[in-house]
Amino acid sequence: MASETVDTPRRRTGNGVSGAAPPALTNKPKAKEGSGAFNIIAGVFVGFFALLWLVPSFWAIKTSLTPNPTAALGAEAILRDTNPTLESYMTLFRAGDIWNWYLASAITSVVTVVLTVLFASMAAYPLSRLQFRGRRIVFLLMILGIMVPGQVLIIPIFQQLGAVGLLNTYWAVIFPQVPAVIAVFVFKQFFDGLPKELEEAARIDGAGFWRIYWSIIMPLSKPIVAAMAVLTFVGVWNNLLLPLFVLSNPELMTIPVGLATVQGSYGQRVADIQASAILGCLPLVVLFIFFQRRIIEGVAGTGTKG
Amino acid sequence: MSAPPAQPIAPADARTASPHQRTTTLFHHDKPAWLFLAPFAIFYVLFLIWPTIFMIISSFFNSSLVSSGLGSFAGLANYREMLTKDEFWSAMWHTLQFTLYTVPPLVILAFVFAILVNRMKRGQGLFRVVFFVPFILPSATISLIWLYIFTPANGLLALVQTWLGFDAPRPVLGTPSLAMIGIALATIWWTIGFNFILYLAALQDVPRETYEAASVDGASPWQQIRYITIPLLSRTTTLVVVLQIIASLKIFDQVYLMTSGGPGTSTQVALGLITNTAFTDFRVGAASAASVLLFIVIMVIAALRQLTERSERTA
Repeated sequence: MASETVDTPRRRTGNGVSGAAPPALTNKPKAKEGSGAFNIIAGVFVGFFALLWLVPSFWAIKTSLTPNPTAALGAEAILRDTNPTLESYMTLFRAGDIWNWYLASAITSVVTVVLTVLFASMAAYPLSRLQFRGRRIVFLLMILGIMVPGQVLIIPIFQQLGAVGLLNTYWAVIFPQVPAVIAVFVFKQFFDGLPKELEEAARIDGAGFWRIYWSIIMPLSKPIVAAMAVLTFVGVWNNLLLPLFVLSNPELMTIPVGLATVQGSYGQRVADIQASAILGCLPLVVLFIFFQRRIIEGVAGTGTKG
Repeated sequence: MSAPPAQPIAPADARTASPHQRTTTLFHHDKPAWLFLAPFAIFYVLFLIWPTIFMIISSFFNSSLVSSGLGSFAGLANYREMLTKDEFWSAMWHTLQFTLYTVPPLVILAFVFAILVNRMKRGQGLFRVVFFVPFILPSATISLIWLYIFTPANGLLALVQTWLGFDAPRPVLGTPSLAMIGIALATIWWTIGFNFILYLAALQDVPRETYEAASVDGASPWQQIRYITIPLLSRTTTLVVVLQIIASLKIFDQVYLMTSGGPGTSTQVALGLITNTAFTDFRVGAASAASVLLFIVIMVIAALRQLTERSERTA
């Protein structure tokens, strides 16, 4: 295997990618024929699954555009319906619950993003640049922190928030989500890759560490700040477990908690239920459209770290 | 930038460091470093370390949600209760069942999709979007979508089953032996994008020329996958499997939203049992003992991963 990978690139440079060079012709047609058929089968296979993957989303959208009485009759009626209507969306907007949920989700997500990105990047700076006592212990605690399953701590966190009177406030959703250890690692790794010349020049000019962090490191780190901000936002927006138990006031419900109640309260209004499910994720879909690459790269990056 | 470019680093540091610091070691910056760490450290201690310690402490007490304080000392009673209780073991079994139903398809399908999509010359971006987008949606949206796909008798799945010639298909979420499979299906649809992206990222590190060269040498696509791709992806596979197992052990949302642990207790999972014990029965001590047990299982798996990765790095 090793000889295959080491050997062949050298030969390729001799032949050229175009494949026009004579020595390649003897082998190439056979290989190409095989891979042609393979590629077609592969394409059909993945294509089939991709279509399958689209079905649930399309089904939710189709259902949400069907009038409630028709949707209640079942799948066949939904499929046959030819009068798409936005009535369900209008009903939800008029009823107003969804606005409360949006507000709660927006506030908790944005505040958590700001605190997490700021504090995690601040913590990453000395880990990347400074020598200090306790550095090894901090690293050890960080590695431990990555392993701790936060969800399993829901009971003590609930008690703790209760003890200081923070239950039923947005802070109860925000604070426990701020210490995202993984974000510190991602920032540290990014900072490690930044050139140090600018900072050294700034030090000579007498700049303090805060100015270096704030005016040199952070502006250079915009891509990773954006990626971490978007990923944190998605995570907080989608969190069900924490707000479910620390918020019992319906006025404060976030989107996932609100959606958890619609099945019971909307009863047979199937179209309304699907419309609320779609409205609940709409901001994330918009975010994805704008930050597709950041999100995908961020997920690949944090995945390999975590 | 106005500073002389050839200025060596050491004098610059020495100039700003106090005489006292200079005499200690190589430019230690204890105070600024800890000031930068402080805000994160405070949250880390308050919402990770302290809850962990508090959870362990309350697991030895008869703590209750309705009265303040720890309650009377219980010794190992909470642990003894959990470890001898059928409910606990059945919740652990359902969690394992969910893990067994989801991990193999999530890893294998993501692997296959990534390999095949990576070979495509066009349309990669489209496939990426199709498989990845469900991953960023809230579990609440996912659950509402699948709940109505699984509607007994006249839902979408029932309709497809009738087309395929099944008569009177059983309700997926209403049948004890099928409910967990239904939850697993929804989960696979929801989260495959994560593994898919990890595999695709790993594959994109393999230079395209490697395959082109192998193909010039007459290697069939299957041989290329077998002898180039699979060995190169073994590290990613270990990673994906471990992350997937840990995520599956923490399952809560989909069960809570789709079946609330039912029918009966056929889909009750570990976190469901823990939250029920605390928030329905108000028995925080017992819930904490169960939390500690789940915590240990997850930490052991995570620690094994850290260790293997470390030894790989040093090897």
